[in-house]
Formats: sequence, C-alpha cells, structure tokens
Amino acid sequence: MTPQPLGSGKIYTETVVWSAPEAHLKEAPYQMAIVVLSAGGRLTARILGDRVQIGDAVTFAEYRDGVPFFRKAA
Amino acid sequence: MRAVAIVGLGKTPFGAFQDRDLRSLGVEAGRKCLEDAGAAPSQVEAFYLGNFAGPSFAGQNHLAPYVAGAMGIEGVPATRCEAACASGGSAFFHAYSSVAAGLYDVVLVTGVEKMTSQSTPRVSEILAGAGDMAGEIKAGGTFAALFAMIARRHMHQYGTTREQMAAVAVKNHANAFKNPYAHMRKLITLEQALAGKPIAEPLTIYDCSLISDGAASLLLAPLDRASEFAGQPVLVAGIAQTSGPVALDRREDITTFTAVRTAAQKACRMAGVGAPEIQFAEVHDCFTIAEIMALEDLGFVGPGEGGPYVQQGATALGGERPVNASGGLKAKGHPVGATGAAQICDVAEQIRGAAGDRQVRNHDLGLAQNLGGSGATAVVTILRAVR
Repeated sequence: MTPQPLGSGKIYTETVVWSAPEAHLKEAPYQMAIVVLSAGGRLTARILGDRVQIGDAVTFAEYRDGVPFFRKAA
Repeated sequence: MRAVAIVGLGKTPFGAFQDRDLRSLGVEAGRKCLEDAGAAPSQVEAFYLGNFAGPSFAGQNHLAPYVAGAMGIEGVPATRCEAACASGGSAFFHAYSSVAAGLYDVVLVTGVEKMTSQSTPRVSEILAGAGDMAGEIKAGGTFAALFAMIARRHMHQYGTTREQMAAVAVKNHANAFKNPYAHMRKLITLEQALAGKPIAEPLTIYDCSLISDGAASLLLAPLDRASEFAGQPVLVAGIAQTSGPVALDRREDITTFTAVRTAAQKACRMAGVGAPEIQFAEVHDCFTIAEIMALEDLGFVGPGEGGPYVQQGATALGGERPVNASGGLKAKGHPVGATGAAQICDVAEQIRGAAGDRQVRNHDLGLAQNLGGSGATAVVTILRAVR
C-alpha cells in the first residue's frame, strides 16, 4: 500500500533535537513537530528546510522510510 | 478493604556504579528494607519487582524470581511490573492491592534499574521504547524531544518561561546537595541551568533527569499487624494507578496529563483529603517541565500556575509546600524502575521525621507521583502518619 499525501496542516508544537537516539545520530540536529492536518487528525512529523514555530502553516513534502516530512508553506 | 501500612524501607544510593549489577542493587535495597522492618525473608508472602528495561540494559529477563531468590525469598509469587518509568509505582500499587484485598499479609516491593552500562544514545533508544514506536519514535523522537514539545506548548499556552523551568533544576540540585543517597550532589545557579547545552529545544542538559543505577524497597503489611514489625509504620491513605494514550499526538491537549489528574483525584478521595491539604510531595520531574505540570495536575495550583509557583519559592525545602525535598529525578537520580519505589520511600522517611538535613517542617501528610512514559501511566500515592 502506497502512503497517501497528507496535504496541509498547522504546527501544534515542535522541537529541534540535538541529542539524538542511536538510529538518528547522523541526522541531528533536526526538527520534529506535531502537525494538525487540515483534513482532520494530527500526527508526529519531521520538518524539511526552514524551521517552523507553533501556528505556522506547513505542507506535506514526502515520506522517508514511512516517516512523513512537511515543510513551511510558501 | 483493609488498611495497609508501610513497615519497612530500604534504599541503595543512586549513582553510576561500575562494579554493581541489577541483582546486587535489588538485593541490597531488599535486605535493608527487611532489616528496617525486623523481618526475615521467610515471612515474605509475595514479591513485586518494578523494573522497566532490565532485559535491554543487562540482557537478563525473568527478573522477579532472579532478584527474590538472591534475597532468600523462594517459593512465593514473584512478579515483575513494567510500566515504563512508573514501574516502581506500579509494583507498589499491585503489592498494596494484594494486601488490601486480604490475599497476603506481608509483601515486599523492590524497584530497580541498572542503566549506566550503556552509552547515552543507546539509553535514549531503550527509553524510547516507552513511546509510540510506530509514530513519534520512528520520526526521531526521544523522551527529551517529547517533553520538549510539551514544554513548547506549555510556554505558548501559559507563558511558562525557561527561567521557571531552570528554577526547578536549581531547587532540586540544592535539595540533593543535602541527600547522601543522591546521584548528583552539586549546587547549580540559574545562569548555569539556562546556559546548558541544548538536548531538545527548549530543554537543556539541566532540564533533564539523570541516567542512574539504584534500587529501593518497601515492606507492606495490614495496619493491624504493623506493631509486629520494628520499622515505624506509615499509613497508605490513598493510592491510584491510571492510564492514558501512549502517543502524544493522540491527545487534544499535551499541557496536562489526564492520567495524573485522575489518579490524584482518586487517591485524594480515597484518603479523604483535598489536594490543598497535602503538605509536601515527591513528584516525577523526569524533565523540569514535568514538575511544573505535576503541580498543576495534582491540584496544588491551577493550569498554567506551576511555573510562577516554583519561581516564588513555594516548593523549596523551606517553602509552603516542599516538592522533591530528596532532589527529585533531576538530581537524586532516575534509575527508572526504582524511581516510583524510591519516591514512596522518601515520602515515608519524611513522615517518620527521619529525613535529616532535608526534613520538611510539616510532615503528617505527603504524596508521591510517578509517571510512565509521556503520561500513559500514572501512580499517585498518599501517605499519612500513624497516630
């Protein structure tokens, strides 16, 4: 089953992780966030590109290994 | 249900002990507890072990009979309780329940964790197993990251500040400085706490509890048999264990732990007290923001009032309601499976008036709050002096 695009959403909360777990050591620092989807529901995602803050609008970018990535809406 | 008393206490120091394994820590706490109670291992009718991740940290499984046997307790039910960082509290809750229900009279609880044999990234990975592996953890979350997201939202909703979170760390370090059993007996300043290296923004290293080794034990018996034991009895006046969603993104509001609110209300109702009457508490400050939330969820202050309450000194050792007089998870240390049991030991010690330099002034009614994961398990225990 191919994961579906998630559309747009808003940042509910976020953090930039500096001290990563073993599996993500090489990626740190990285930003993760809880995104409230415009279509309903919320999920935990990673942020690509510019850093985001609570309330920022974001759009779905891609899945990497099943993890949804969003970026700040233009 | 029968009234149940704590009739024995035993703790190991918390710290990083290269030469100690899980079993030797558990045995030390258990033996000290039985000694305090003047009880023999043969009197113990059931054993509950609180342990989060012994199999991952040390490779050893089947831990309850493994530890019980080494204490000389054999033939009786020996059961491990796993509820992430609330494993110790959960073990105590189940031990309490079995005595209150009349199933057994004399029951031993030991909480233990041996964590320092692993690297910090590996420890983070093991601890992350208490989160939602298919969602928040897969995305790169650690427990620091989850609590950082909680802190951000709390700051956004209520204006909680980094200074208020740092004030929790400064206070708890000051208390641990007076605790000979604490992992880190080092005073810190507000400036130091604010300038710590970032772990997960806005949390710095000074907002995070310690990775520790340690164990704590309690012996329980019906109140009407308490006089048979040497240890000064302390009444379990109220207790509740509750649960909630594991994943943060399954909750509408992450600035409060519903499981803690519910457990606190149930425990207070059982004890016949209101939250304002609680004189002192040991709360689950796995991260500084968690202590601020505990003050709110336990009903000591309203939503969003936890930060200012700490900042004004109300929770300091000499304040109106001392919180984490032991130094808390922040500075006493946080061997996860031991923590819940150690908190109850610390509250009982205060009620006995035996807490030394960190003794609180009013010590008839105290509370311990133990949290599992990012709020999926909560255990709240209210202890009262026996008059």
